[in-house]
Amino acid sequence: MKHFSVLRVISKLMIPVILLFALYVQFHGDFGPGGGFQAGVIFASAFILYALIFGVHLARRVIPSSATRILLSFGVILYTAVGIAGIIFGGNFLDYNVLGQNNITGQHIGILLVELGVGITVAATMITVFFVFASQES
Amino acid sequence: MAGFLDVVILVLMSVTAFSILRSRNLFGVVILSGIFSLLAASFYVLLAAVDVAFTEASVGAGISTLLMLATLAITHQKREKQHINTPIMPIIVVLVTGAALVYGTLDMPLYGDINAPSNQYLIQRFIEQSGAEIGIPNIVTSILASYRGYDTLGETFVIFTAAIGVLTLLGRGRTGNKAEVKQITSLETDEEKE
Repeated sequence: MKHFSVLRVISKLMIPVILLFALYVQFHGDFGPGGGFQAGVIFASAFILYALIFGVHLARRVIPSSATRILLSFGVILYTAVGIAGIIFGGNFLDYNVLGQNNITGQHIGILLVELGVGITVAATMITVFFVFASQES
Repeated sequence: MAGFLDVVILVLMSVTAFSILRSRNLFGVVILSGIFSLLAASFYVLLAAVDVAFTEASVGAGISTLLMLATLAITHQKREKQHINTPIMPIIVVLVTGAALVYGTLDMPLYGDINAPSNQYLIQRFIEQSGAEIGIPNIVTSILASYRGYDTLGETFVIFTAAIGVLTLLGRGRTGNKAEVKQITSLETDEEKE
């Protein structure tokens, strides 16, 4: 779809906005609707839009398959690491209270990191699934 | 006013569902199911479940529609296959299941009923205590990430497993294997030329 100049220009304009909105949904999930899951999907949709317009080959140069594979596992590891950090600091698994100076700060840190882990894994999963589907030879 | 909107969206949803049933054009079916998801998301907004609506809009109307379109592009299937025999048994099964589900909803509490079990025990505790315990305005986030942290960890692992499954079934492996695959395909084309 590279030859449609309207699609090309509009998607180039939209992609930064989509990425910014995804980050907003990610880090504003504590106060408004949203969170890691939704943010991950929106973040991935920017890459998918790029792949739809400019082709999977060029999109793979933006985010290579090795990067998505590392990010895929990094999100899950980050989530589990926050849980294990709870044990190390003297609480239970996934106990955020012990992560900060007081309970509220600990909960804030824990929720922020856990949501980030969910977001990274979801974004990497959606990008991987779409790219693998789209690069199948028909 | 909210009641009127509820009816409009539910009617539109059933119209979309029947059009999906009637249509044989697979591209149209995919787009219609995207519209169905979008209508479902608007209905969740009316039910004041904005987080669920957000997920439905991004996953149901966005990503799944895209994946179905990608599948259609790979398979080159434009139209659904025609059924020759009339499906009487499936219709009976669907009607009986549907009747059982409708009968089941008769016992369910009304929407927003204060005496409903789901509004009685834990919800009250979450609403009263989460401000002091977690300190985050969005109670949904504090339930999802903190009170129910184990569940969300499990969900993240489910998504991770899905990606691993897709990679195992469809992924070409690392760059080392790619050369091998290329070699095999080039050999095949050589044979075809001969």
